[in-house]
Amino acid sequence: MNVIVELEKPLLELEAKIEGLKKLNETQRVDFSAEIRALNEKALSLEEEIFGNLTPWQRVHLARHPKRPLAMDYIARLDGFVELHGDRGYRDDPALVAGFAYLAGTPVFVLAQQKGRDTKENLYRSFGMAHPEGYRKAARIMRLAEKFAKPLISFIDTPGAYPGIGAEERGQSEAIATNIKLMTGLRVPIVVNIIGEGGSGGALAIGVGDRVLMLQHAIYSVASPEAASSILWRDSSKAEEAAQRLRLTSEDLFEFGIVDEVVPEPMGGAHRDPGKVIDAVLAADKRALETLMRLAPDELVDQRYEKYRKIGAHEEMVLDRAAR
Amino acid sequence: MPTPNWLRRRGAKPQAADDKLWEICPSCGERIFIKDLDARLRVCPKCGHHFRLPALDRIALLADGDFDEIAENLTTGDPLGWSDRIPYREKTQNDRTKSGLLEAIIVGFCTIERMPAGLGVMEFNFRGGTMGGVVGEKVTLLVEECARRRVPCVLVTASGGARMEEGMIGLMQLAKTSAAVERFGELGLPLVSILTDPTTGGVSASYGFQADIVIAESGAAIGFAGRRVIDQTIRQKLPEGFQTAEFLLEHGQVDMVVRRADMKAALANVLRFLTSARYGAAEARRPKSA
Repeated sequence: MNVIVELEKPLLELEAKIEGLKKLNETQRVDFSAEIRALNEKALSLEEEIFGNLTPWQRVHLARHPKRPLAMDYIARLDGFVELHGDRGYRDDPALVAGFAYLAGTPVFVLAQQKGRDTKENLYRSFGMAHPEGYRKAARIMRLAEKFAKPLISFIDTPGAYPGIGAEERGQSEAIATNIKLMTGLRVPIVVNIIGEGGSGGALAIGVGDRVLMLQHAIYSVASPEAASSILWRDSSKAEEAAQRLRLTSEDLFEFGIVDEVVPEPMGGAHRDPGKVIDAVLAADKRALETLMRLAPDELVDQRYEKYRKIGAHEEMVLDRAAR
Repeated sequence: MPTPNWLRRRGAKPQAADDKLWEICPSCGERIFIKDLDARLRVCPKCGHHFRLPALDRIALLADGDFDEIAENLTTGDPLGWSDRIPYREKTQNDRTKSGLLEAIIVGFCTIERMPAGLGVMEFNFRGGTMGGVVGEKVTLLVEECARRRVPCVLVTASGGARMEEGMIGLMQLAKTSAAVERFGELGLPLVSILTDPTTGGVSASYGFQADIVIAESGAAIGFAGRRVIDQTIRQKLPEGFQTAEFLLEHGQVDMVVRRADMKAALANVLRFLTSARYGAAEARRPKSA
């Protein structure tokens, strides 16, 4: 059960009540405007109370909210999207959507992880978990982007790469490894958008870029809190504590220099005003591309190298031979 | 095998805490004296099962004589202030004692059948060989230095993947090391990986499978997702021999499966061929010009 769906229930009820009163106000002779004003104020303070100080665990659930805008909602706002299918080797993977489109007039190649809205679509899209053939389709698109000198934008929303027999037989590791390497050297601008859930290597396989943008309430993690809980605590009930420790929020990742820009969301999350959020993300992408497209390919690749070269943390110590 | 000078300079190997005299082969049940096992490169004399080989022994196996370690003083701090059942700093301190190493990889330079090469060897006994900021930095430094010296690079992997206790800093090491590998590749110099037991997650999903030639050691478990995760997700019976080196060979994922006793010769063979004369006037591939 999604904890945010539970948390926001009283607010949604209140908002429904306000809507009802507004309708009455229009159709009846009685003036409800004072009541509406009072309820609106109550709604605002309730919103602040519920969403003003979310814990990392609640943020995880917000990122997985069933009504959160999905990759295809963003793609629908691009002009003239044409989907390109298949890895040319095995099959088309619906968990990873690829194609080309125009972003405010700029031709771009697009890669996106797509979750489903309902059970049926989730089964079709493997919950946004790509197989090797999905990543290989993405690699094909990356090479096309380089060949035809078009920028690449990607939308990340996946719990991780698909874990299964077929995925392993067909080389999940190799597919992800190839994409990460390909993106580090790709001679066109790459803008990455973390819009929901960024899960591990499966996310990074379309996530290496010149500018990495992250929605305020998206998460991006080395492993899902659930996986970290069972691996490190050997106890699947510690996911909430893991979420706190993993530093997976946009603020954390901006601080580490892993994310370049955080795109704000309305109070309560992107699903409270999807149109506005999608426009804000695409506007940020457009700004990022304008800057990046002025750079020569060599400069782009060199800057990208330096960007990732810097990410790390270490100390120095002299091996104490006596201790052994 | 006589102890090489570089190994003697490092001091004695860490002692097993429990002073046990023998090991039981997990494959055939044979009881083997540890002294005999070590003398046989930790391969079961009865059934050929390969026990895990510590990084220092692996270097002694592959390098001709001397090994010139670089970045040897790098060690992990605690970038996230991590604690689960045990604080991260305590875990890494235990790992140092257990493995006699400062981190989960040793990197440096040596010759392999007289061919100069960079060599990085991961140590599973340190945090399950996981890659955090230090492993990523040392791999990157090794690959960059190989590029500077214009020598081949060999990476021997043994890893559970990205190090969770360092969060996204761990995951980002996939991108950092990949960028170094990508640049190195532009020079036309060979990168060879040797995947040993076990190699999974972020290390198989970066330099493990980015190499020009991928060698797997006999019997090694290799894959992206761990068996437990797959089991929990799909709830299907996993096929016999799933994710073993031999399974990967059959499915076209690795170039060859090599027994430990033959590893140095096989590796040298590959290096000798890849660094042999280029035809005619062909130059190494340069970065494409704009």
